[in-house]
Amino acid sequence: MSTATSLPTLTAKDLASDQEVRWCPGCGDYSILAQMKKALASLGIPREKFVFISGIGCSSRFPYYMNTYGFHTIHGRAPTFATGLKACRPDLSVWVITGDGDGLSIGGNHLIHAIRRNVDIKIILFNNEIYGLTKGQYSPTSRTGTRTKSSPLGSIENPLRPLSLAIGAEATFVARTVDVDINHLTETLRRAAFHRGSAFVEIYQNCKIFNDGVFDYATDKSIKADNTLYLEHGKPLIFGKDRNKGIRLNGLEPEVVTLGSGITVDDLLIHDERAEEPSLAYLLSRMVYPRFPECMGVFRAVQRPTYDELLNKQIDEAIAKKGRGKLEELFASDDTWVVE
Amino acid sequence: MTVSHPTVEAIPRTHDVEVKELDAVTIRFCGDSGDGMQLAGTQFTNVSAIVGNDISTLPDFPAEIRAPAGTLAGVSGFQVHFSSHDIHTPGDQLNTLVAMNPAALKTNLKDLEPGGILIINSDAFTTSDLHKAGYTSNPLEDNSLKGYRVLRIPINTLNREAVAPVKLSPREADRCKNFFALGFVYWLYERPLEPTLRWIREKFSKNPAVLEANTRSLKAGYNYGETVETLPVHYRVPKAHIKPGKYRKITGNEALAIGLVTAASLANKPLVYASYPITPASDILHQLAELKRFGVRTIQAEDEIAAVGMAIGAAFGGALGVTATSGPGICLKSEAIGLAVMTELPVVIIDVQRGGPSTGLPTKTEQADLLQAMFGRNGECPAVVLAPRSPADCFDVALEAVRLAFRFMTPVFVLSDGYIANGAEPWLIPQIDRLPSIAVHHPSSPNGNGHGDVPFLPYKRDERLVRPWALPGTPGLEHRIGGLEKEDITGNVSYDPINHERMVRIRAQKVANVAKEIPELTVEGPPEGDLLVIGWGGTYGTTLTAVQRAQRKGYKVAQAHLRYLNPMPRNTGDVLRRYKKVLVPELNSGQLLLLLRGTYLVDAVGLNKVQGRPFLVSEIEQKIEQML
Ligand code: SF4
Repeated sequence: MSTATSLPTLTAKDLASDQEVRWCPGCGDYSILAQMKKALASLGIPREKFVFISGIGCSSRFPYYMNTYGFHTIHGRAPTFATGLKACRPDLSVWVITGDGDGLSIGGNHLIHAIRRNVDIKIILFNNEIYGLTKGQYSPTSRTGTRTKSSPLGSIENPLRPLSLAIGAEATFVARTVDVDINHLTETLRRAAFHRGSAFVEIYQNCKIFNDGVFDYATDKSIKADNTLYLEHGKPLIFGKDRNKGIRLNGLEPEVVTLGSGITVDDLLIHDERAEEPSLAYLLSRMVYPRFPECMGVFRAVQRPTYDELLNKQIDEAIAKKGRGKLEELFASDDTWVVE
Repeated sequence: MTVSHPTVEAIPRTHDVEVKELDAVTIRFCGDSGDGMQLAGTQFTNVSAIVGNDISTLPDFPAEIRAPAGTLAGVSGFQVHFSSHDIHTPGDQLNTLVAMNPAALKTNLKDLEPGGILIINSDAFTTSDLHKAGYTSNPLEDNSLKGYRVLRIPINTLNREAVAPVKLSPREADRCKNFFALGFVYWLYERPLEPTLRWIREKFSKNPAVLEANTRSLKAGYNYGETVETLPVHYRVPKAHIKPGKYRKITGNEALAIGLVTAASLANKPLVYASYPITPASDILHQLAELKRFGVRTIQAEDEIAAVGMAIGAAFGGALGVTATSGPGICLKSEAIGLAVMTELPVVIIDVQRGGPSTGLPTKTEQADLLQAMFGRNGECPAVVLAPRSPADCFDVALEAVRLAFRFMTPVFVLSDGYIANGAEPWLIPQIDRLPSIAVHHPSSPNGNGHGDVPFLPYKRDERLVRPWALPGTPGLEHRIGGLEKEDITGNVSYDPINHERMVRIRAQKVANVAKEIPELTVEGPPEGDLLVIGWGGTYGTTLTAVQRAQRKGYKVAQAHLRYLNPMPRNTGDVLRRYKKVLVPELNSGQLLLLLRGTYLVDAVGLNKVQGRPFLVSEIEQKIEQML
C-alpha cells in the first residue's frame, strides 16, 4: 500500500547556496546562474539528485553557487569526472559547466570523447571568447585579429566553432543560446535537461571586463533580429526585423535571400533538429556573423543509446546469461590443484 | 567429436634411460616472437604447478611490436623455475635453454650454466637466419658450443612429419612447432601431457584440424625424447612441500584484477575501473573487462588523465574508483591525484612500473617510480603508497589498498612492476569467509550542529581526521568540493594563510595516522645483528633467497621488506637501528635509500641495478658478503 506524496516543489531560491557570488559586476554568468536555477526548479527532480561538475575558469566557479552537489575539478577535465560519476550513478542529473578555454583548449580531448560516448550528461559551455580568470588572453574561440595581452598585434589563429566541433564528435543534442535572452536561455537549458544522452549547449556570454560587447550584434535590441536566426523544428529559416529574410540552399552552400520578387517561403530551408544525418546542423553551425545570421536554439536532438545505459546493460545481460559472478568461481578461473 | 591418433597414441618405451632426481630446475624457452614461446612457457608452468612443484616464472617480451622474424630484437623468452622446495625467484642461471632460432641462441646463451642442456632447433640455423642474428659462422659447426650438452633437433622437419596427416598449409603446420619442443621438454622432465592436451582440446574446440595438429606435435615431441637416444638420462623434480590447500597459478596483474573485484565485493561497492592502454598494465583492464558478471564497470578512457578523472568521479559517487597505468601515465595523472588528495576522496592508483624515464623500456621492469608516487605532485600532497612483493601478494595488497582508501578517504598508490605483473607463482586460494571485511560508512543525516544554519560540514573530521563520505543523492547533505584550499570543517573555499597551513598539516597527519593501523615491520632472521637487508616491491623473493643463503653460511644477516612505503610501519626506525649495517637493494638509483636515510638518519648503503632486469640472487649475495 502506498500513500500518494507530492514532491515538495523546488524553487529557484532553494537552489542558491550560501556562498557569495563573486563574478565581476555585469558578467554574463549572473544571468546564466539565475536561469539555471529557474530551469532546474521546473524539472520535478529533487535537489539532491543534481550534481554540478566544473573545470577551471570564471564559469567553473558555478558549482559553488548552487545548493546542489558540486565538484570543482581541474582544468579541462570536468567531463571525465562526470563520466565516472554517471557510470556508477545513472540516477543523478549531472551537469558539466565549462568555458571556451577550459572545454575547447586544455579540455578539448575530453569534451569530444564525452560527446562521442553519449554519456548522459549536460555540458554547458560559456563562450566569452576570452580567458577571464587569467586576465584576458585570447582563447580558442577568439576571432582572428582579436587584440589581447597575449596577442597585442591581433590573434593569428583560426577560431573554433564549438557547435561544429560537437557535431563532428557525433553529438546527439546541440544548442546555442545567449546570456541576456533569459527566456530562451531557460528554455534551452530545459530542453538539454530533458535530452537523454550528452547535451551540448553553447551560451554566448559577455565578459564585461576583458571582451565586453563581443556579442553585441546578437544581443543589441536594435540589430539582433537581423543578425540572429531562432531555430524552430519543422519551420523555415526566416529572420530579420521584418521577418522577410531567409536561408536558401544554393548547391551545398547556404545563402541569405529576401522574400518577395519571386522568392517564397517554399524556397527556404526547413529546420529539422531530428535529422538522422547531422549535415544540416553542421551547415547551420558554420553560419557566422557578419556574412550570415547566427542560429540560436536547438540545432540537433536525436535519440541514441547512452553510454551509461549500455555499460549497465552489458552487465545486466552478462548476469542474466550466466548468473551473478561468485568469488569462489573467480578464484578458480584457472586450473587449480590441491596440495594435501 | 573424438579424434584418434593411430600413429602417436601409444607411447612405446624403446630404450632405457636413467632417471635422475633434481631439487630444482630453471629452464628458458626462447625463440622468435612468432614461435609461441610464451605459450610453451605458460603450459610448462601450469603442468609443473599441477604436479606439485613450487614455481616462479619470468617472461621476457621483445620491445618491438613485431620485429622482423629472425632478428635479435624479435626474440621472446619465458623462464620457469620449478622445484621440490619453496622458491621465491625465477632463477639466476639456466639449467636448460630451448633456442628455436639463431637469434634466440645469441641473446640467451650467456645465461646458460656451463654444462647446461641446450636444445636447439637445428632447422632454423640457415644461412639467412644466421646472418639476421649476426653470426658470421654457424655455432652448430664451429665448436663454440662445446661447453654445453647440445641437443640438435630438426624440429621443423620432425614437426611437419608429425602433422602431415592433417591437412594444413606449411605455415600452419610450422606454427605447431612450439608444441613439439614442449613435448620434448615434457619428456626430459617427466611431465604429464594430459593437462596441455586438455588445454588444446578446449582452446581449439572450434578448429578440429589445429586441435589435431597441436596434439600430434606435442605427442611427437614427447615420443622423440622416448625413442631417440638424445640423452642417456632424463630428470625428475619431486613435489614441493608446500602449505596444504587449493592452489592456482597467478600473475601479478591477474592477482590485482581478482583482488580489486574481491575488495569491491567485500565492501559491497561497484568497481569502476578506468584506464588507458599502456604496457605493462593493460592486462588488468583486459581481465576486468571480462568480469561484467561481477558488476565490474571498465572504461577505456581517451587518455591517462581521463582515466584517473573517471575513477575519482566514480569515488565521488560512492563507487570503488580505480585506475592503473605505468610511469608515464602517472606523470599525466598527477594533477588529478592532487585533486583527490585535496578533496579527500578514496581512489586506488596502480602503477605497474617499467623502465624510464620517458617512454623508457616499456616491456622491462624497474622500481624507479617510488619517489614519483611519494612526491610527484605540486604542493604538499601526501598519499598512501603500498607495494606488493610477489605476483600472489598483489591480491592481498589490492585488498589492503582498497581498505585504506575507504577507511582514510585518501588516494592509495599500488606500486607493482613489470617483473611481478607478468611473473607467475602458485597462489593459495583464500577461503572467502576468512577474508577481511571492508567497512564503508556514508552519512545520511547532517553533522552541522553548532555551526550556524549549515546542515552539513563536509570537512568535519572524526578522531582519525577522516572526513565523511557523503554521497550525491542524499537529501540534506548537498555540498561542494573542489581543488581550491578548503576551510577547515566547512569545506568552503578559503585563502586564509593560517587555515592553509592547518589544512596542510591535517592532510599529512591523516595519512600518517595510517601507521597506527598497519602491522609492524617484521624481519626474517635474527632480530639484531650485523646486517639488515631491507627492500620493497618485487625484489622480495630474490633478496630473501640471498639472505637465506648468507644465513646458512653463518652470517648474522636479516631481511625486512616494506609493503607500506607511506607511511612506513611505526617501528621501522627501531628495526633499522638494531643492525650494524643496512643494505637497500633496489632496481633504481637509490630511492628507498634516500627515504630511509632522510627519515631515520641511518647510514644505509644501496645496491642499485637499473638494467630493466630483476636482480640475480648472486648479485645480492655477493654484496652481502662484501659488506660483512
Ligand atoms: S573576468 Fe569576465 S568572465 Fe570572468 S567573471 Fe569577470 S566578467 Fe565574468
